[in-house]
Amino acid sequence: SLSFKMERKTIDLDQGWDYMQTGITKLKRILEGLPEPQFDSEQYMMLYTTIYNMCTQKPPHDYSQQLYDKYREAFEEYIHSTVLPALREKHDEYMLRELVKRWSNHKVMVRWLSRFFYYLDRYFIARRSLPPLNEVGLTCFRDLVYNELHSKVKDAVIALVDKEREGEQIDRALLKNVLDIYVEIGMGQMERYEEDFESFMLLDSASYYSRKASSWIQEDSCPDYMLKSEECLKKERERVAHYLHSSSEPKLVEKVQHELLVVYANQLLEKEHSGCRALLRDDKVDDLSRMYRLYHKIVKGLEPVANIFKQHVTAEGNALVQQAEDTATNHAANTASVQEQVLIRKVIELHDKYMVYVVECFQNHTLFHKALKEAFEIFCNKTVAGSSSAELLATFCDNILKKGGSEKLSDEAIEDTLEKVVKLLAYISDKDLFAEFYRKKLARRLLFDRSANDDHERSILTKLKQQCGGQFTSKMEGMVTDLTLARENQNSFEEYLGNNPAANPGIDLTVTVLTTGFWPSYKSFDINLPAEMVKCVEVFKGFYETKTKHRKLTWIYSLGTCHLNGKFDTKPIELVVSTYQAAVLLLFNTTDKLSYTDILTQLNLSHEDLVRLLHSLSCARYKILLKEPSTKTVSQSDSFEFNSKFTDRMRRIKIPLPPVDERKKVVEDVDKDRRYAIDAAIVRIMKSRKVLGHQQLVSECVEQLSRMFKPDIKAIKKRMEDLITRDYLERDKENPNMFRYLA
Amino acid sequence: MPRTASKPTKKRSKPYTVTSSDTDPVPSASSKTKKSSKENDEKYKLFNKYANTSSGIIDPEGIEKLCSKLKVSHTDIKILMLAWKMKAKRQGYFTKAEWRRALKALKVDTIKKLKKALPELEKEVRKPLNFADFYAYAFRYCLTDERQNCIDIGTICQLLDMVLGSTFRDQVDHFVDYLKIQNDYKVITMDQWMGFYRFCNEISFPDMTNYSLELAWPLILDNFFEWMREKQA
Repeated sequence: SLSFKMERKTIDLDQGWDYMQTGITKLKRILEGLPEPQFDSEQYMMLYTTIYNMCTQKPPHDYSQQLYDKYREAFEEYIHSTVLPALREKHDEYMLRELVKRWSNHKVMVRWLSRFFYYLDRYFIARRSLPPLNEVGLTCFRDLVYNELHSKVKDAVIALVDKEREGEQIDRALLKNVLDIYVEIGMGQMERYEEDFESFMLLDSASYYSRKASSWIQEDSCPDYMLKSEECLKKERERVAHYLHSSSEPKLVEKVQHELLVVYANQLLEKEHSGCRALLRDDKVDDLSRMYRLYHKIVKGLEPVANIFKQHVTAEGNALVQQAEDTATNHAANTASVQEQVLIRKVIELHDKYMVYVVECFQNHTLFHKALKEAFEIFCNKTVAGSSSAELLATFCDNILKKGGSEKLSDEAIEDTLEKVVKLLAYISDKDLFAEFYRKKLARRLLFDRSANDDHERSILTKLKQQCGGQFTSKMEGMVTDLTLARENQNSFEEYLGNNPAANPGIDLTVTVLTTGFWPSYKSFDINLPAEMVKCVEVFKGFYETKTKHRKLTWIYSLGTCHLNGKFDTKPIELVVSTYQAAVLLLFNTTDKLSYTDILTQLNLSHEDLVRLLHSLSCARYKILLKEPSTKTVSQSDSFEFNSKFTDRMRRIKIPLPPVDERKKVVEDVDKDRRYAIDAAIVRIMKSRKVLGHQQLVSECVEQLSRMFKPDIKAIKKRMEDLITRDYLERDKENPNMFRYLA
Repeated sequence: MPRTASKPTKKRSKPYTVTSSDTDPVPSASSKTKKSSKENDEKYKLFNKYANTSSGIIDPEGIEKLCSKLKVSHTDIKILMLAWKMKAKRQGYFTKAEWRRALKALKVDTIKKLKKALPELEKEVRKPLNFADFYAYAFRYCLTDERQNCIDIGTICQLLDMVLGSTFRDQVDHFVDYLKIQNDYKVITMDQWMGFYRFCNEISFPDMTNYSLELAWPLILDNFFEWMREKQA
């Protein structure tokens, strides 16, 4: 036991140190696990005070420097005599355990000794700018133990890691403790951990996975390989959580991803029977989702996947188009048009199907939205049997919206289809062409009362407006409004007739007044109307002038309908015909037989129109007129006679007039509008920019017009030249590729 | 090229009015100008030899007379160059002022001297800076109407041959062939006309490897280029 007088007597260095040694020895015994009681507070205080006194003594007995050095030497001695030998004799896992123990012990020793020598920390080290006691203690371990062993330790750790990777159980806690040493020995910096352990571990991991990948890629299918990869990544993350430092996670994951997924990306995705293409073909949604998850985290990893997706969808779309094209060439006209409608349906289904992929498998990623869009833009702009996609789509809409078109479908189903059709329009570059076809067909539906449901008509216009803007639908909306107004107008007309019995034409007359700007342009011919109809026109004109004086009425007889009473021998039958057809038939009220030429001169029609009319009345289903000779087609030398013997079981029949192919006119009208649109765009751009290079002007023009159509570069050039001739633009004198706006 | 008397002269739009005193403003007589007005007298005497007495200007008939005196065909480019030197406004007619301008610049006052001066004039016109101006002038000169701004294909073909035939034979031959068979254009504008000149100067022919459809060449040249490529294939 120790006894000490609490007298402030000068302590000699050796004397004092001997006393400290007893404390140090006691501590070592405790650390070695020998039977030794813990320090009690009195012992502690005495050790502490000894240091205090030796430091506060008057020179030459102030021993701070010596004590500071002896403090360090105490560690060095212990390490050399006990710690290092113990470690040097062990290997692998045993060595690791020993190291952990020795490190732990060392920390305890540092803690205790630095408490005993604490007074040095208070004043001495600051005065001399020396490292504090804690640091001195740790530095000893680092310089003597760590520096000698860290490489061996690292090898042992990595060997265990690889063992674990191969499926064996290892002592994770041990590894955690070992790696904590690397971190702590850095004393606030991660350098030791990173340079002495992590960098080697990463290299080893990369090489490990490189070996695995090279054999898996040969043996495994794409889905299996992906499963393995996913599992490996999961396991590596777990590894980090259990014993590596958290900062290693991104680096380790990157290495593993690189070896498994980046190096072999191409081989994996392009695997013949199980790669991305095959997965899409076989609707392997789960596998594709996994593929997305894996490649999502890799820089530019999704690009090849999106590309394959785009190619796949394009191929499917092209196949549908080809199918429709083949059917059209091999079958009759009406089967072809049915096939075209089937095509639109199938395209909609294709879109629905792959949109699900984009949203679910590919988590709504923009790359895949873009891929889908680009794919559809490729095949949605192909022509099928001479019809543009714009026309097909417009016909599809017409079929849904007209009477007898889709009455079997529920309102909801119709709404849904209309919604999808409008979405499809986004992919079509010639939107203006669609608008024009749609308008023409809408006109027919409205004027011939063939619209099935007003709500659906309005609904699709709303959807089109949302997607393409107000300008797109303004005319169509005007048309629908016109019809409502027309009904009101008709009521006023009937009232007018009621009040002016003398003006009554003697025939029931319904007139629909259309606002010119909204409706498609119609050619109006100067047909010679029968007297009865002429009177009708006069009467209505009279009425209309009472309402407005500032508008001009242009009559489009080609759109009119007439109900005639045919007084046939057997029984009278009501004939519902077009105005033109009626004009032809009424000629036979005064003459029994007429030649083609007679009719032509009397009515003042073109050959094309007259042949069509006479064909419908004499060579089609209902032969109201007898043709001589009774060949199947009308020729200019034929003559016609009223067929009094005609009869039918119905009391009223409609004699259809096949519509003129509107396609040519629509395309012409759209081309004309495009010329104006291009002019306007060029002028607008040049007015604001004043001077602009050719290529820039062209690309801005294309950009501005892209909402409605894809302008032909040559067409733009032509309009530019026209604007030069009209002095809107000029070429720059110095640079002929530059243009200038002329105010 | 200057019009000859054989062409009908009825279909003319309103020409600018010609007065007998259509001269540049002459400073009032003084000792200084007495000498110059004497020089002008010679030129005017020469002018009057060819001018139409009632209109006071040289008309197509007069030009034909002049050409035969100069021993040059009226379709020769040198006559057009002379018109350029005069800054003559109207095809087939030379006014007194225009006549004086050219003769003064050429420093001639007799037919003999004028004839001798023509080769020199050609050399001068063929200088690159002048030729571009001359080329543009040739187009304007052929416009028959103040309101008109384009020339029919037929005339263009002849004009190209006359103006560029000697320097760009190959290009002119091919382009003229093309103009005759294409249907897109029935007339040529000044922009297209100048474009062809640029084409001849900048594009190697007939390989045209430095031509690009991406640039702002007039569309007719793009079409010509594609037509040539097809032929070469």
